[in-house]
Amino acid sequence: MKWNPLDTLWGTVIAGLVLTVVLYLLARSMAGAP
Amino acid sequence: MSADFVSLVLGRWLHILAGVMWIGLLYYFNFVQVDALKAAAADEPPSGAGISRHVAPRALFYFRYAALVTVLAGFMIMGPRTMDVLTFHPPYIGLGIGVWLGLIMFVNVWVVIWPNQKKVLGLVAASDDEKARARRTAFLASRTNTMLSMPLLLFMSTSYTLHRPLFGG
Repeated sequence: MKWNPLDTLWGTVIAGLVLTVVLYLLARSMAGAP
Repeated sequence: MSADFVSLVLGRWLHILAGVMWIGLLYYFNFVQVDALKAAAADEPPSGAGISRHVAPRALFYFRYAALVTVLAGFMIMGPRTMDVLTFHPPYIGLGIGVWLGLIMFVNVWVVIWPNQKKVLGLVAASDDEKARARRTAFLASRTNTMLSMPLLLFMSTSYTLHRPLFGG
């Protein structure tokens, strides 16, 4: 079976943190923030 | 009852009340129940039947209806601004991302997690093979929602305090 970060609780939390940072930067970029 | 009362008081109160229950139960499943059932399955004899039979169905009931109330109350809050939020119109860029994350999670609850959990819990007929597949699908959907809840809570909790200074608009 392929490795999936969602199989472990901490993999899920780390994936959530990474996604939070990515979406935060995306939102700033969409808003035209420097 | 004024539109402002519905949006700013009633909608917000219901949204937070139901949202705490929804995400609280999501975290209960992911941070507590999954590992508890694994440990119970390793007992001799296995001791998780009580959780599966008496706890999980009740938790799932409040989980899925709390999700429904959270989303409906969210629309009460947005009111006439709904389209602006859903289309990321400034100053609702961050909030729009939060709302879309919430809608994805809501669909996950009702369209993926609940129908599969019904098979796992034996509420609908399923073979052992179908139950194993349903368990895996529901598990991954639940973990996906846990992951999505993290940015969701950032964008929701900062919708009035930080969106303008952070995201402009």
